Amino acid sequence: MTDSAKDVMTVSHDDKSDGAQTKMRSKRVRPYALTGGRTRTRHHLLVETLISVPEFDPVLAESLMPESRALYSRACQRMSIAELSANLDLPLGVIRVLVSDLAGQNAVFIHPTAYAYQNNPQVLERILDGLKQLPV
Amino acid sequence: MDSSSSPSDPGLLTISAKIVVAGGFGVGKTTLVNSVSEVRPLNTDAWMTEASEGVDDLPPGGGKSKTTVAMDFGRITLQPDLLLYLFGTPGQARFWFLWDDLSRGALGAVVLVDTNRIDQSFAAVNYFENDSVLPFIVAVNRFEGKPEHDLAEVREALALNEDVPLIECDARSRASAIDVLQGVVTHSLSLAKVSAPG
Ligand SMILES: Nc1nc2c(ncn2[C@@H]2O[C@H](COP(=O)(O)OP(=O)(O)OP(=O)(O)O)[C@@H](O)[C@H]2O)c(=O)[nH]1
Ligand SMILES: [Mg+2]
Repeated sequence: MTDSAKDVMTVSHDDKSDGAQTKMRSKRVRPYALTGGRTRTRHHLLVETLISVPEFDPVLAESLMPESRALYSRACQRMSIAELSANLDLPLGVIRVLVSDLAGQNAVFIHPTAYAYQNNPQVLERILDGLKQLPV
Repeated sequence: MDSSSSPSDPGLLTISAKIVVAGGFGVGKTTLVNSVSEVRPLNTDAWMTEASEGVDDLPPGGGKSKTTVAMDFGRITLQPDLLLYLFGTPGQARFWFLWDDLSRGALGAVVLVDTNRIDQSFAAVNYFENDSVLPFIVAVNRFEGKPEHDLAEVREALALNEDVPLIECDARSRASAIDVLQGVVTHSLSLAKVSAPG
């Protein structure tokens, strides 16, 4: 287990996630077991946060659990947390934990969001310009 | 920021931003998102599987409980290194808890309103006025065959604060949907400039 994983494990769960845990059933058991009950992650992973793989390492890929490996391959094409969740059919919370672990091993790169720039005016101006240039 | 980037690849770093699309039941959220999105609607069933498990009871007989909450998802590539995402949740009040996760970090929001059923959007307006720090605007979806709305009346009916921009739109029109998004960004920008002068 990576250091980042241990860190996250020591963080206590909030009430909402505890409620979900006690009702864990059927399909839900697997993703939960997968993350060892970790529901908080160290990195700030928003649904729009982009993930990519700077340099695909087939040896590392082999060593990963199937879900992490699938995520690692998918992220070779820059992809958001939301799209990874939908494409891999895993809840957002699980994707966040898996991404966090991979990032802890420097296997994936977490791109900055506009929020990471505190939605500053320069970033917003670029977004506005981009919208104005869209073909109608 | 993380240090695992490859600085040798200048094309790698990409900024993503998010706008949330809110509003009551059937006001045109899905229509608006799909009017501007460059990707087909995503099957979002997986997003909240844990959360929905917590709020739904098992059906009698012990069958598998399957709640599908179809959320809206859209993506617009503004520049090769700048992506804008759109997120929306269904209008029913019981899905409001989903907003906190989806809307965190958004640059702003738009609340869509159908003037036929204006009360449908009260909850969304309340949420963004009271329970959220996001800048938001309100857009009246112009369902066809209806007279142009008097926006002052809509503002009054919604008890909308003077400083919240109120516009009209046609959710089915790509151009109009782009205008709405520009309205959100312009509003956020004006607030950002006020809070960080210079
Ligand atoms: N005529 C007309 N119909 C519209 C317009 N916008 C949406 N509709 C229709 O109104 C209905 C509801 O629109 P949706 O986009 O599904 O609304 P929604 O807000 O996503 O609804 P929920 O997700 O159920 O809350 C659909 O049948 C749309 O085709 C509009 O501008 N004009
Ligand atoms: Mg909808």
